[in-house]
Amino acid sequence: MDTTKQQGGPATAHGARSPAETSARLVDPLGDPRSTQSLTPLQDLHGIITPSGLHFERHHAGVPQIKPEAHRLLLHGLVNDAKIFTVEDIKRFPATTKNYFIECSGNGYREWNGPIGQSVQETHGLTSCSEWTGVPLKHLLGEAHIAPGAAWVVAEGADGAAMTRSVPLDKCLDDVLVAYAQNGEMLRPEQGYPLRLLVPGWEGNISVKWLRRLKVVDRPYQTREETSKYTDLMPDGSAKQFTFVMHAKSVITYPSGKHKLPGPGFYEIRGLAWSGRGRITRVEVSTDDGASWQECRLQGPVLDKCHTRFSCDWRWQGKATIIQSRCTDESGYRQSTRTELQAAQGKLPSYHYNAIQRWRIDASGEASNV
Amino acid sequence: MFKRRRALIALQVALANCVSAAATAESYDLGRTPTSAAIAAWDIAIGPLGAELPTGHGTAEAGADLFAQKCAMCHGATGREGPDPVLAGGQNTLATDKPIRTIGSYWPYATTIFDYVRRAMPLQAPGSLRPDEVYALTAYLLYANGIIEHATIIDGASLPQVLMPNRHGFVVAPRD
Repeated sequence: MDTTKQQGGPATAHGARSPAETSARLVDPLGDPRSTQSLTPLQDLHGIITPSGLHFERHHAGVPQIKPEAHRLLLHGLVNDAKIFTVEDIKRFPATTKNYFIECSGNGYREWNGPIGQSVQETHGLTSCSEWTGVPLKHLLGEAHIAPGAAWVVAEGADGAAMTRSVPLDKCLDDVLVAYAQNGEMLRPEQGYPLRLLVPGWEGNISVKWLRRLKVVDRPYQTREETSKYTDLMPDGSAKQFTFVMHAKSVITYPSGKHKLPGPGFYEIRGLAWSGRGRITRVEVSTDDGASWQECRLQGPVLDKCHTRFSCDWRWQGKATIIQSRCTDESGYRQSTRTELQAAQGKLPSYHYNAIQRWRIDASGEASNV
Repeated sequence: MFKRRRALIALQVALANCVSAAATAESYDLGRTPTSAAIAAWDIAIGPLGAELPTGHGTAEAGADLFAQKCAMCHGATGREGPDPVLAGGQNTLATDKPIRTIGSYWPYATTIFDYVRRAMPLQAPGSLRPDEVYALTAYLLYANGIIEHATIIDGASLPQVLMPNRHGFVVAPRD
């Protein structure tokens, strides 16, 4: 069909991608519908922004359908002036727009002791990155006037689990947002419509979706999601609690598991790096199973607590090899190997897996997780 | 010298502006004052001191029936069989290769049981249990883990006093 010989379709009220584009989230990767999760197809994405419809999901009681006009955010507890806000109230505050990644601390959990997932979507698909717009929580706390003794804020969702986490007040007064928009439009229902907490750089679970209540308190409330779950059990039987920060991590997204290189020649290795401690300062790639490392290009913008796109040139000789990336963030932390991670944390699969990802390229050009 | 002085004045002006901007920013006059009834209706979070626990009470005896009716289909007849999270047993397994993290082996605070069961359970009807039912289920789960006696009455006074076996098993430390 020669599209230059006929009129095209009409303008539309809401655009949709080309029917030829079929990239999709991987829903229910563990075969357990009760775990309600879906993974971002990192292998298909460009730049640093995850399209909103491809942002990973992890729900604790499904996706509630909320009417925005009926939704309220209650702010109370150790404050002098408790407040209740409508969504329109929240949108009237001075707005802030920032790019941040959100990563589930369970991302890569199954990779702890060896390769399991086949594609980068399966190994790393519980991270996504968006432009978020909202009101800094410190503005809302300023309206309510924090009272003496305040030290934590309990954030609660309007989902069927009324999902609850305790957030240190210092972080709330630093960079936490009450977000209502993602990538220029109102949040998607599965991302917390109409309001969510956005806690930059920290494990995704604490960015409570469908946010309906903030209670200022004097201590963490030891909710189920910060005791029974999202704690890191160590080999000696003790458990680390409130390990909020997501550590620096990088992964090559092209070529990655399930890709097949058509033949020897030039390839641009591409990938993503991010850190909950700030900016990525350096990414290195090895194409010879770790014998040597080369400096990658960081494609700007390089932002605080945000996915950063990296790339480097590679001429593949057509021989089997292993490619991998490692990143360093502005705190000086450098991503470690799986062996080093196991030495520090033990061999029990846990949250916050961030080891170097290795992809084998075999002589036929097929990439696989090793 | 003059230059330095001017710079100092400029800095003082800038600081004064900062302060006045902050003062202005303190009141956007948005949002309303909630009624105490509106707060009470939503204020279900129970902290580790249990100060927010509602009136009511329950025992493992009453909780056993409720558990059989509303919980066993997911958690198993005694809370140990699954398929969904195992709730009982597992004590002394945390330092082994196959740790079993249950209420009795892992959870540091008994108040968390009440808080979570009331807000999130049962799965198909979250938030539907009355306080007496939540107390009874909490008592049953503590009894099933060998933490309280069958006849122990669990209420707002006794629940925060329950010392969980793994109460001191958690450390607040950054992950390396």
